[in-house]
Amino acid sequence: MGNLIEHIGIERERIHFSWISSAEATKFVDVVKDITEKVRALGPNEKFKKIYN
Amino acid sequence: MDTYTEKIRSIAGSLLKEGKVDRVIGYKKGSIPMATNPFAARTVEQARELVFNSTCVMNLANYITDSSETIAVAAKGCDSRNIVTHIVENKIKRDQVYIIGVPCSGMVDKRRIIEEFGSDLTEFSENGDEISVKSLDKEEVLKKQDYLRDCCTTCIKPNPVVYDELAGELVPEPEVKNRFASVEKIEAMDPDEKYQYFTDLTADCIRCYACRNACPICYCPTCFVDESGPQWVGKGQNETDIQTFHFLRAFHCAGRCTDCGACEEACPMGIKVREFTKKLNKDTSELFGWDAGLDQTKRPPLDTYSPEDPDDFIK
Ligand code: SF4
Ligand code: SF4
Repeated sequence: MGNLIEHIGIERERIHFSWISSAEATKFVDVVKDITEKVRALGPNEKFKKIYN
Repeated sequence: MDTYTEKIRSIAGSLLKEGKVDRVIGYKKGSIPMATNPFAARTVEQARELVFNSTCVMNLANYITDSSETIAVAAKGCDSRNIVTHIVENKIKRDQVYIIGVPCSGMVDKRRIIEEFGSDLTEFSENGDEISVKSLDKEEVLKKQDYLRDCCTTCIKPNPVVYDELAGELVPEPEVKNRFASVEKIEAMDPDEKYQYFTDLTADCIRCYACRNACPICYCPTCFVDESGPQWVGKGQNETDIQTFHFLRAFHCAGRCTDCGACEEACPMGIKVREFTKKLNKDTSELFGWDAGLDQTKRPPLDTYSPEDPDDFIK
């Protein structure tokens, strides 16, 4: 799925898959920080979004 | 390939006469030159209407889904692979299908011929490797090899992968150098170019769903695009909704698509919908060493779990 999303032009860094147990609070925090940083670096997504007017 | 016609008629005739099958699915001549339609013969008389030539582009596995009848199918390589997929996905039982194998030397690109000759074709015929096309503007004899459909130029199994009887000699298996060259071209683009490419590709889509209806593996009783509660995707001509349709339909075909080209053939707008499915064919081939419809005993990769499955995308 990630490959296909990347193929149609959505940056790979916007898509994250992770396996986190409910006991792994620190891993959760790390993953979220990592995602936030990567997505912030890319800026807002202007593709594949639906505009209602 | 029109030499197969007589053989298909005679096999079909005897199957129907002996009551071995309820119907024989093949093609019959269409109402205009260069057209053949899928056709189900139920009587010996109807079996005489069956034809086969290089314009038999639709995928006949589409007409056996969930049937309780016993059916004979005149199957090219791709049709046979979709019959295998149907068997694996419990859409038909192997003993319900009598496969009349039709070794295939490729189907012609009708769209390209019409572009070159004008839509007012008056005659189309073939003789071995040559095709003769006549329109109001011109008349020419062409090499069939130069006018094959895109999917036929990258076909890996022109011979049926399973059959009960053959309608002709098996053809030599082709050596396809790089069947995913078109995908690689897109992979080399940067994200903005890719997005623009697919936006342009689907811009003319009128959402008639002919591509989905022609596809043998698109058999869900209610397709996600038709569902209204919940409504997964908007039903209008919004660009993102159109892209969502194509994107998700392709994903549903992952590991199941045989690249038969029926979807593109059915599209009235000439949209190359295989540009989506081909990427998934490439991925399943590279990640799982898998091509759809080759083995009746194996389930498609997205349907099974193996500890060896590649998982480096999960952190
Ligand atoms: S998606 Fe298109 S090429 Fe693939 S199996 Fe369906 S009709 Fe054939
Ligand atoms: S057949 Fe063509 S126009 Fe119709 S929904 Fe499919 S891509 Fe769109």
